Amino acid sequence: MSADILTVMWKDLKETLSQGGGRGRFGLLIFAAVFGVFLPVQAGIAWLTEPLLLVYWVWIPLFLVSTVIADSFAGERERHTLETLLASRLSDRAILLGKIGVAVVYGWGLSIACVLLGVVTVNIANWQGTVLFYGWDVFVGILFISLLGSGLASCAGVLVSLRAATVRQAQQTLSISIMVGFFILIFGLQALPQEWRIMVTAGLSRVSLGFIIAVVCIILLLIDVALLAAAAARFKRARLILD
Amino acid sequence: MNNLAIYTENLTRNFGIVQAVDHLSLEVPRGVIFGFLGPNGAGKTTTIRLLLGLLEPSQGKAEVMNYDTHTQADEIRLRSGALLEHAGIYERLSAEDNLEYYGRIWRLPAGERSERIKELLTHFDLWERRKETAGKWSKGMKQKLAIARALLHHPALVFLDEPTAGLDPISAAALRDDLATLVAREGVTVFLNTHNLAEAEKLCNLVGVIRQGKLMAVGNPVELRAKTGVPRVEFIGKGFHESVIASLQAHPEIVKVEHTDDRILLELHSSISTAPLVNILVQAGAEVEEVRKGNASLEEVFLTLMEEEK
Repeated sequence: MSADILTVMWKDLKETLSQGGGRGRFGLLIFAAVFGVFLPVQAGIAWLTEPLLLVYWVWIPLFLVSTVIADSFAGERERHTLETLLASRLSDRAILLGKIGVAVVYGWGLSIACVLLGVVTVNIANWQGTVLFYGWDVFVGILFISLLGSGLASCAGVLVSLRAATVRQAQQTLSISIMVGFFILIFGLQALPQEWRIMVTAGLSRVSLGFIIAVVCIILLLIDVALLAAAAARFKRARLILD
Repeated sequence: MNNLAIYTENLTRNFGIVQAVDHLSLEVPRGVIFGFLGPNGAGKTTTIRLLLGLLEPSQGKAEVMNYDTHTQADEIRLRSGALLEHAGIYERLSAEDNLEYYGRIWRLPAGERSERIKELLTHFDLWERRKETAGKWSKGMKQKLAIARALLHHPALVFLDEPTAGLDPISAAALRDDLATLVAREGVTVFLNTHNLAEAEKLCNLVGVIRQGKLMAVGNPVELRAKTGVPRVEFIGKGFHESVIASLQAHPEIVKVEHTDDRILLELHSSISTAPLVNILVQAGAEVEEVRKGNASLEEVFLTLMEEEK
């Protein structure tokens, strides 16, 4: 089945990269310039040492993936290629995992490219005679958090795209869902009683950064698995054709 | 059922109160081009979807190449190719990449894949333009590409859902010719949905007529014309006066007489010898230059079947 997944990924990656032509590629360059050059120059050495900047590496893959994942099924449906694909020998799982896989590779790959570009930028802008790099726990955290963040956006995006009639509808639903998710997180934290917040802050200060990253990763992994299971349950050929 | 490509028994599919396919019992032998004729909304596309296992039947059963559509749909899809209602071409990709994708899906080895892509694109005169983005192509070219894609992996059975729909008459005729040559060369069984009677007449050696989900008739086009169509004789000549027409109308085997100055068309109860009819005309003073005998066209058969039980 892995060959089938790779086949779906091969085609989707080709289509994604051809999307928007030169303007699309220029947009990616701008994105890399902002997160790989501009912000690292602004932040200086803190770009590599400040643990709070890890939040970027959750948000960046979410943003990147959400721009392409809406197209996965809604795009095939809108452009009338879905039924032919469903009439092929590919299994449900190969199609689904191929669509998710390509979005993860896209989101994670570009995030890591921005991470590495940021390292180069910080070193050039703040050269101190030795190569500066992330602490191992932060770097591993970035790798896993951006991977699982890409997975989360991909699974959620596929779930939305499976149901949407058009790409635009899928994009709107996905953007609103991401926004609502962030609001719930922010307002939820603010709504916690004062004593609880003090307790959480005190608790966090007592544990290592590595431990916090591990907990975040586990939470993201559980959400990813739940969303993947929901997408697999939603994938029914007859339903997709009649939708 | 080993020699059958398709077998259905009371195959039924309902969408709410609408019966899209109504107790369809059909047998299509291997190696034939089967034309499934019917007007829009007759249930042709739903039948293909049922046969490919993309939809589940509400009642009845179907087997395609001896595989059950309900439980072994993967096996059916593995062995068949399809050009469905829409061409299903990826317009942002080149023609070559479209075929490359489906070649990979069907796991053709790289060398064989390239050779087959070249063979099919050359057959359809598309090889020189293989690097172009398919979205820039005309509808006719996209349909050719979609047929090439359906045949890419040498399937035993191909489903074609109105392959010439929306094409101008010249492109449609060219595509039909290409398709006929290719299908004959590949020896593949074809299930062809169409409402184009010329297409069915040219390509198919077995035809089924469907209306409102019900199979109205099935047979080869000649049989269907003979069975459903009325036998007729056409005379071309001179002197077809009222007295000549009156003497023909008196004949018990003649159902209907249509005439112009130089032409008489007779519809008969059954196929009879034309010699006595020529005698009647000559004795009544007419000059007969040409006699044509035959049945109704497939179009007339089709229209008759569409009118039945309305």
